[in-house]
Amino acid sequence: MDPSRRAPRSAIDPVPKFRQVGFFTPGAPPERSQSGPPDPTHSTPVSDVSQSANSLSPVMIPPPRHLSDNLVINARPTLASPLRADSLAGGGVSSFGDFFPAPMSPATPASSSYSSRMAAGEGSFFERHGGGGDKGNNAGKVASSFPRGGFDLTAMKKVSGIGGGGGSGVGVPASELTTVSVVNDSLAIHEKEKANRGGGSAVEAKDQSTGSKQQKPKTTKAERRALQESQRAAKAAAKAEGNKASGAATSVNAKPAKAAKPTPKVDNAAVAASEKKGGDCPPEKDRKKDVPQPRMQYDDKSRVEKAKRRAVVKQTEARNRVELFRHLPQYEHGSQLPDLESKFFHLDPVHPAVYKVGLQYLSGDICGANARCIAMFQAFQEAIKDYRVPPEKTLVRDLTAKIGSYVSFLNECRPISISMGNAIRFLKSRIAKLPLTLSESEAKVSLQSDIERFISEKIVLANKVIVKHAVTKIRDGDVLLTYGSSSAVEMILLHAHELGKQFRVVVVDSRPKLRGQLLLRRLLEKGLSCEYTHINAVSYIMHEVTRVFLGASSVLSNGTVYSRVGTACVAMVAHAFRVPVIVCCEAYKFHDRVQLDSICSNELGDPDIISNVRGREDVNYLDGWANVENLQLLNLIYDATPSDYVSMIVTDYGMVPPTSVPVIVREYGREQVWI
Amino acid sequence: MADPKISAYYQTRMAHFGAVTNDWLAQAQSASVITTTPPPPSPPPTAATLSDPSHQKPSFSVIDEFNRWRKQPDLAEAVAAIRALAAVIRSSMATTMMQLEIELKSASDSLKSWDTTSISLTAACDLFMRYVTRTAALEYEDFNSAKSRLIERADKFGEISYTARKVIAMLSQDFIFNGCTILVHGFSRVVLEVLKLAAQNKKLFRVLCTEGRPDRTGLRLSNELAKLDVPVKLVIDSAVAYTMDEVDMVFVGADGVVESGGIINMMGTYQIAMVAKSMSKPVYVAAESYKFARLYPLDQKDLAPALRPVDFGVPIPSKVEVECSARDYTPPQYLTLLFTDLGVLTPSVVSDELIQLYL
Repeated sequence: MDPSRRAPRSAIDPVPKFRQVGFFTPGAPPERSQSGPPDPTHSTPVSDVSQSANSLSPVMIPPPRHLSDNLVINARPTLASPLRADSLAGGGVSSFGDFFPAPMSPATPASSSYSSRMAAGEGSFFERHGGGGDKGNNAGKVASSFPRGGFDLTAMKKVSGIGGGGGSGVGVPASELTTVSVVNDSLAIHEKEKANRGGGSAVEAKDQSTGSKQQKPKTTKAERRALQESQRAAKAAAKAEGNKASGAATSVNAKPAKAAKPTPKVDNAAVAASEKKGGDCPPEKDRKKDVPQPRMQYDDKSRVEKAKRRAVVKQTEARNRVELFRHLPQYEHGSQLPDLESKFFHLDPVHPAVYKVGLQYLSGDICGANARCIAMFQAFQEAIKDYRVPPEKTLVRDLTAKIGSYVSFLNECRPISISMGNAIRFLKSRIAKLPLTLSESEAKVSLQSDIERFISEKIVLANKVIVKHAVTKIRDGDVLLTYGSSSAVEMILLHAHELGKQFRVVVVDSRPKLRGQLLLRRLLEKGLSCEYTHINAVSYIMHEVTRVFLGASSVLSNGTVYSRVGTACVAMVAHAFRVPVIVCCEAYKFHDRVQLDSICSNELGDPDIISNVRGREDVNYLDGWANVENLQLLNLIYDATPSDYVSMIVTDYGMVPPTSVPVIVREYGREQVWI
Repeated sequence: MADPKISAYYQTRMAHFGAVTNDWLAQAQSASVITTTPPPPSPPPTAATLSDPSHQKPSFSVIDEFNRWRKQPDLAEAVAAIRALAAVIRSSMATTMMQLEIELKSASDSLKSWDTTSISLTAACDLFMRYVTRTAALEYEDFNSAKSRLIERADKFGEISYTARKVIAMLSQDFIFNGCTILVHGFSRVVLEVLKLAAQNKKLFRVLCTEGRPDRTGLRLSNELAKLDVPVKLVIDSAVAYTMDEVDMVFVGADGVVESGGIINMMGTYQIAMVAKSMSKPVYVAAESYKFARLYPLDQKDLAPALRPVDFGVPIPSKVEVECSARDYTPPQYLTLLFTDLGVLTPSVVSDELIQLYL
C-alpha cells in the first residue's frame, strides 16, 4: 500500500461514486437534501442553456468569439438611461469597498481612516456623475467636437474641465491626482459616458435609421434559415453515426462560422446579425451541449485571423512570444485604449456599463479576482436593468446571448478569470431557470436580485466566514507572511489586529505590479507592525515566519492553487522551511478543472513592463530591444501551486485540506452556487 | 476539577483504565452540578425558560444519565454520551420540535462542557445532533411521530456507535497476515478488539507493545494480550526506532481524527509514525467514526493541550519545566490507512466524510 497520502483515491476508496456517508439507514432519504432550502425546480434536470454553459470548455473561459457571439451583435433598441451612472455609483457599491483597494485612488494618500479612503477610492473608480442639469450640454459639446474618429486627448481634457465642473464634482478632481495614463483613461471613459448619455438622442436617431434598414435583410431571413436548417440536419445525421471525435467537433464549429460568413462587415452588420440570431439560437445550444467548445489556441493562425475580424477590441499581437506560451494571447499594450474609446458610439451591442468595466480591465484599473467579478456583475446588473426584450424574442434566449456577447467583449479586454467564469455560469443558469410565466420586468428584477445575492453571499459573506475561520489560526507572537495583495488576507490580518492579537506581518511583493505596497499602506494605516520585502528575499525571511497566508485566483480540483505569479515560489519556500501555508479562497472560485502546470492555461501580461523600469532610465538596458528576433519576453500573470505545498485551504465551508476541494466542488458546485 | 494541572481528559482515561475511584466519582458529581445549573448558552429567551431541562424535569439530568452509561465497562465515553442524549429525547416533555431541539442542544452543550478536552465526546455530541436532527421527514410529520422517529434514529446511532468497534475489527482482519509483527502504541480498546479477533481467527502474529510512559498503558495492553496467548514483547518508548526493523505494521488508536486526516492520539504516536514512515512501514489507525472532529491543527501547538501528571520517580527541581501534554498530533502524510466503521479510508477521505456529515 502506498503510504503517501496523495495516493490516488480511487485505488483504495472502497465504495465509489454515491457513497452514502456515515450512518445511513437504508430507506432514509439522503441527508443532504434538507440542508439547502427546498427548491422545487432543483430536481429537474438543468435546462439546456445552463447545461451548455456547464459544458463550455473546462477552462471556463468561453471561447472568445464564436458563432453565437457573432450573431448576437444585435442592435440594442434602447440606450442607457441617464440614470445609469448615478445608480452605479450609488447603488450598493459602498459595501464592496474592500474589494476595490486603493490602486484607483492614490488621491488621498494621507487619509487617516481606512474606510474614508476606501470611499474616496470608490469615488474615483466608479466616477460619480452628479445629476447636473447641463449634462446634455456638455455631452453635446463632446459629441460635436469628436466626430466619430479618434479622440484628441488634449481636446478631451479641455472639455473634461468643463464637464467636470458641471457634471461630477467628485470624480474628476480625484482622478486628476492619479498618474498621467490613468487620468487619460478615466477621463476618457468619463467623457465618453457623458457624451453617450447626452448624445443619446443622436444615437437613437441612428437606431431609427438602422431600424428602417432592417426591412431589407428581412427578406433574406427565410432563406438563411432554410440553409442553416439543412446544414443542421446534415450535421445531426453525421453525429448520429457516432462521429463524435474531435475532428467532427471542429468541423461542427467551423462550418456554421462559414455559414455566418455572409454577414456583411459594413455598418449594418449588427443589424443583419441580430436578424439571424433569433432563429439560430437553439441549434447553437445543441451544438454546445454535445461538443465542449475548445479554447482558442492563439498559435492557430487561421482561427486567430477569424477571431480578430470579429473582435471589437483591435489587439495587435506582440511579436516575440515565448515558445511554450504561443497558445496564449499576448497583445501589445497601449494601442487599444484610444482605439476603443473612439469606438464608443459605434458599439451598440455592448452596454456602456459593461464597456466601462471592459476599459477598466484593459487599463488595469480593476484587478484582483473579487474586484473584477463584482465590477462585472454590477455592470451586468445595469445592463439587465436597461434591457428590453426585442419583439418576437424570448427573454431567456435573447438575454443569455446578450450576456454572452458582453462576456466575450470583456474577454477581449482581458481574459476572464476562472472565478468570473463561475459567476457567469451562475448568471446564465439563473436566466435559463427563469419561469416562463414571469413578466419581463419581474424577470429583470429577479435577475438583479440574484446578482445582488451572489455578490453578497458568495463574495462578501464568504469573506466574512473565511476571516472568522482563519483568525483562529493566528496566535500571539506569530509572524505572518503574505504575498501580493489579497482582499481576503487583508481582512484576516485587520480582523486579527482588531481582536488584539499580537503579531507581525511580512508583506512580500514582486515587480511589476507591486500590489503589495497598497496592502502594506492599508495595514500600516491600521497600525499593524509590518515588514516589506521583495520576493528575492523570501528564502531569507522565511525562517522567522510562522504562518503563510496566501490568496488565490482559483483553486482547481486537484488542489492546485492558481494564483498570482510568485505564489508557487513563496509556497515552496515555506514548505521547505516547514511553515504552514494557508490559502484563503472563496468557494465560488473553485473549479473542477485539473491543471498540472502553469503553461496550458495562463495569461500573458505586457512584456514591455518587465523589460524596462518606468522612471529608471539608468537601468533600461533593453530599450528598443523588445522586437529583436532572438529575444523573447515572458510576463506571466498566474502560476499553479501544487497542492503538496498547501497545508490548508480556508473557504466558506470551513478549513479543508486541498484534497477536499473536489468534494466541495461536487457537493456544492451545482446546488449551492446555482441556487 | 480537583487538580487544575490535570485535565478532565486524563482523568477520564484513568477512570477507564484503572478502578473507578471515589474522588473521581465526586469530581464527576461536582461537574454535573456545575454544568446543569446554568441555563443553556443562548437560546432565544422565551424558549429558554421552556426548554431548560432543570425547569421541566428536575429529576432528569443528562450528566447523570451519561455517568450511568459510563459505568459500563467497555463502553466508550462518546457512546455513553450518545446514549445519554437519546435518553434526553425520550424523557423530554417538549411539545414542539423547536423546543425539543433546543433542549437537546443544551444537553449536548452541557455534556461537551463536562469535558472540553475530550475530542471524541465533543465530536460525538455534534455528530449526534447532526445525524438525529437532520431527517427530511421532520417537517411534515406531527410532533409525536417525529419524536418517535428521532428516538428511533438516536437509538440507531447509538447502536451503530456501539457496534463500531466490532465492524472495525472485522474490516482490519484482512491486513493482519500470518507471521506478522505488529507494533502497538498506547492502550486502545479498538486495537485490542482488532487483535483479539485476529487471535480468535487463529492468526499467528507477534505484538510489540511500547511501555507507554508515564501511565504505562502499554503494560496494560500486554497483560490483556498475554491473556489471549498472543506473543507479546514490551519495548520502552525510546526503543521504537531500534525495533522498527522487525516490525511489519504499526497499529494505533486515536483520540480524535481531524479534518486534515491526521490523528490526535497519545503522546508518542507522532514520532512512531515518523519512524515508521522513514522505514516504509505502514501505519494503521483504528478509530470509530464518532471520533471525527471538525478540527484542523496546523502543528502540535495548535491544539488545546490535555495535561497529565508525569512521574519521574525522583523529585524534580522546581526550576525544571516538565512537558505534561498527554497527546500529540500526527499529520496525515505519516498515516497509511484509517480503519473506521465507515470503511477503510485513506486520510484524505476523512475530510470528505466530515464535509458530508457537517455541511
